[in-house]
Amino acid sequence: MTTARTYDAVVVGAGHNGLTTAAFLAKAGLDVVCVEKNDYIGGAAVSRELHKGWIYSNCSYVCSLLRPEIYRALELHRHGLQVTPYGGSLTFMQNGDYFGSYYDPEVAYRERARFSKHDADAYERYSADTKRQCRLIREFLLTTPPDPASLKPKDLLGLWRIGRALGEMGEDRLYETLRFWTLSVADYLDEYFETEVIKAALSGSGIIGTALGVRSPGTAYVLLHHYMGDVDGNIGTWGYARGGMGAVSAAIAGAFRAHGGELRTEAGVERIVVREGRAAGVGLTNGDEISARLVVSAMDPKRTFLSCMDRGDLPEAFVNRIERFKTRGSSAKLNIALDGLPTFPALPKGSTLYFSDMHFVDSIRRMERAYDDWKAGTWSKDPYIDAVIPTLVDPTMAPPGKHFMSCFVQYCPYELASSELVSSELGSGEHEARAWTDADRRAFAETVIGQIANYSPDFRDLILHCEIRTPADIEAEIGMSGGHIFHGELTMDQLLFNRPLPGYAQYRSPVKGLYLCGSGTHPGGGVMAAPGANAAREILADLRRPNTVPESFGDD
Amino acid sequence: MTTERPERFDAIVIGAGHNGLVCAALLGKAGKRVLVLEAGSQVGGATVTREFADGFAVSACAHLVYQLQPAVTRALDFKPKYAVEGLDTVALDRAGAHVRYAGGALRGAGDGDNERYRDFHRRMTRYAGVLEHWLNRPPPRLATRDLDDRLGLLGMGLRLRRLGKRDMREFLRLITSNMHDELDEHFASPLLKGALAFDAVLGTGLGPRSPNSVMTYLYRLAGGGEPAVPAGGMGLVAADLAGIASNAGVDIRTDSAVARIVVETGRVAGVETVAGRRFDSRTVISNADPKHTIINLLGARHVETGFTRRIHHIRTQGTAAKLHLALAGLPEIPGLEPRDYAQRLVIAPDAHYVERAFNPVKYDEFSPQPVIEMIFPSLRDTSLAPDGKHVMSAIVQYVPYALAGGWSETAHQALMDAVIRTIRPYAPDLESRIVACELMTPADIEREFMITGGHWHHGELSLAQFLFVRPVAGAAQYRMPIDGLYLCGAGTHPGGGVSGAAGRNAANVILERDKT
Repeated sequence: MTTARTYDAVVVGAGHNGLTTAAFLAKAGLDVVCVEKNDYIGGAAVSRELHKGWIYSNCSYVCSLLRPEIYRALELHRHGLQVTPYGGSLTFMQNGDYFGSYYDPEVAYRERARFSKHDADAYERYSADTKRQCRLIREFLLTTPPDPASLKPKDLLGLWRIGRALGEMGEDRLYETLRFWTLSVADYLDEYFETEVIKAALSGSGIIGTALGVRSPGTAYVLLHHYMGDVDGNIGTWGYARGGMGAVSAAIAGAFRAHGGELRTEAGVERIVVREGRAAGVGLTNGDEISARLVVSAMDPKRTFLSCMDRGDLPEAFVNRIERFKTRGSSAKLNIALDGLPTFPALPKGSTLYFSDMHFVDSIRRMERAYDDWKAGTWSKDPYIDAVIPTLVDPTMAPPGKHFMSCFVQYCPYELASSELVSSELGSGEHEARAWTDADRRAFAETVIGQIANYSPDFRDLILHCEIRTPADIEAEIGMSGGHIFHGELTMDQLLFNRPLPGYAQYRSPVKGLYLCGSGTHPGGGVMAAPGANAAREILADLRRPNTVPESFGDD
Repeated sequence: MTTERPERFDAIVIGAGHNGLVCAALLGKAGKRVLVLEAGSQVGGATVTREFADGFAVSACAHLVYQLQPAVTRALDFKPKYAVEGLDTVALDRAGAHVRYAGGALRGAGDGDNERYRDFHRRMTRYAGVLEHWLNRPPPRLATRDLDDRLGLLGMGLRLRRLGKRDMREFLRLITSNMHDELDEHFASPLLKGALAFDAVLGTGLGPRSPNSVMTYLYRLAGGGEPAVPAGGMGLVAADLAGIASNAGVDIRTDSAVARIVVETGRVAGVETVAGRRFDSRTVISNADPKHTIINLLGARHVETGFTRRIHHIRTQGTAAKLHLALAGLPEIPGLEPRDYAQRLVIAPDAHYVERAFNPVKYDEFSPQPVIEMIFPSLRDTSLAPDGKHVMSAIVQYVPYALAGGWSETAHQALMDAVIRTIRPYAPDLESRIVACELMTPADIEREFMITGGHWHHGELSLAQFLFVRPVAGAAQYRMPIDGLYLCGAGTHPGGGVSGAAGRNAANVILERDKT
């Protein structure tokens, strides 16, 4: 059955980016429908009641990168979004000690000095240098990357702008920037700090979501992806969306509806319809067809082009490259309902560190070994966990006195190696991959729970329910290829003008009228909404409509 | 104290490594009065042939030439003599089904791979051409108002644009990408992938999965990429270069270790040798690595602290060890044709193997199953071993500079055992033919060749230490931040390998300075 109505645009996928594009297009007066395969919206920015009485932010779990320009332009506060900052981070050490990072600069300094006076002093320099890199990149988040191989005035202008911003840094700082973009996070931190636990604590942000280790070149940049956000203008601060991450999606959806947009759930797209070389709408899995003048896909590039399109509609070279787009998931999650607040004997009673991100790996060496496991096709036996208890700040997510704990786990593969690779006399052979079994998933969860329980004797007994999400689960439920939380690796060969592919970094596809707006495009993943906003701007420019999308307002 | 007046030169080069000799020769040809001071008893530095057992000699450090820059050989009218040129790489297979490649030609890996390799090699060579252009000139400084810098940058950009739109985009993607993924995308043969992965990471502290390992592969291809075994070992390359320099009037003195660079009135005034002799010159060019030059020879007090800090942070820990075996006869390697013994033999059965070999070095351990590159140079060059006997020269990776627990005698032996164990399945009778052996860890290489960290590039060849920021930010133009001091070694742009590019670029910078 085909609906008679032809929309101006159909947006595929009601994740936060899809909704953002949809909202800005609707705001510009377009007739927009946004379709979502699940019976809930939000994609990976979602709140779900998976255990009675508990709301899980079961994918993304903290908020900071959401661009304030977008927040304001879509008036998300009017649609119920409230972000509460939370503080600090905590790393438990094998020797029974811990390293905490505090909000109060005086306290934070004393804590660092407890380990090393040198490091406490170096932190100032580290923080200033890293924030300088943040300021540089923040200017370009809400900008479409220029194509360096093009001679179009628009691209040349874009390049000139980047060149100018780099030039303004001055020679010395520009070199620092070049190095920063290419260093490994371990090497970067080595240039400032001497204490293992401090380096381990800071290095985590360099590997979250990526299939790289702390010693892999390029991971210093990933650090930025977790540093460049802000809450109320405080760069590097993280916050909780009240009611879970679904509140972000719900607020954007609210803005979308307020501008007259139409949202359809349980409307999975089977194929993107191309007629006479133009995108003409989408065919749904239930057989319906929605016709639209343009199609915007918030799905990742692989799913968009390889699963939902006829190869004949795309240039062969393009398809070949999309097939090689790197989407090897490396992150997993455990979402845990707790009967009460677990105790951590290492911490003083009432410590504010309960409110922070908790980590259980205290050296660069252990961080890197966790990656070696992933390379060998298995989950980290001593993983890097980022655990938070949002219910300490947001009581709406669990019954009184009970808690929700979100455990982000790095590294966890999409598929497992069929046999443990022992360094046998044979020592070689590519390993065959196999799918996860329930036994594997339980063993994986046990690894994670065991690591936490080492520091919290009552933790295990407090667990009422635990949701295990490997990359394979994430792919199955949300659709991200390979279960990659950023829709594709955040390595330089897939960033900026290379994201998703060189020559296609401007949200357009080889098919007229078909656009991308998901995390697989510049500037990449995280609940940032910048890809969605940039895509909307490009679309409006193509339609010669007035722009409703904020440009970057630079830095504060 | 000597009372006689120190000799005066237009330029003094510290160290007669191949870059130092290239630099000295070019300055000499331009009419400068140049002195080269070498600590060792022969010239060459890491390009040297020496006896390691009675009657057996070998290229003691670098053993293959594959990127000697045409720009360098042209400038010096230098025709290196090779015992074997255009070596095949033979990726060894336990069962004898070896894979061979040379240039763009691949044999033994299956039809699909043969064709794809030709295409891969053609594309990579094309991209390496861009790098070659960049490597043979000093990198421009960034964000300056200087016209030359801007023109230099423009030139680099134009060379990139000449690739055409499609290839330029691909180049910009590849340069930061990792070899493992590229190989997986193109090829089926594990042996081929293993050997190419090894090519990409040879001499670096990277694994095939490390971003940036495509760049190191392109670097290897820039300026040739076809391995050759020099006749008489690497030492003759150095000797030939020394000959060219001498003909150009350069004064080369061996056994003259420099103790310090003399600074007077805030600028370089000459050098003083360990023996206490003083030589005057307002231009001192160090072929030694940047750390040794700045920290030990110059003294950190003569430069600002920010600069010293950057020098300290250069990553210089080598990961490659060198193994020399004196053999009673060639070992039997199943599946090898007689001519193959003169080629480059590689043990790197697949890319995962290479990556696994890389893991331990991150924790200051050596690979229990290392990747190995072996050659038998004596096969075509009888000067290296007594009649009927042979030498094997091998690079063993990955071996840490600072082994956890230290490089004791036992640790050396354990490494040796690991190497033999790794080679055994390929050459079962090798052990029985060993007459004498020498195994040099990066720590040994540091000691013998005075290269900090024993790193054959004098500093990791990663993008964070490449081009504009090699050796360190703000000093990529060979000129150090004290008047009169220059660097010309592998630690500077573009990096190591027997290429001569750094020596030539440094000479050009000095000659350019004197023009104005």
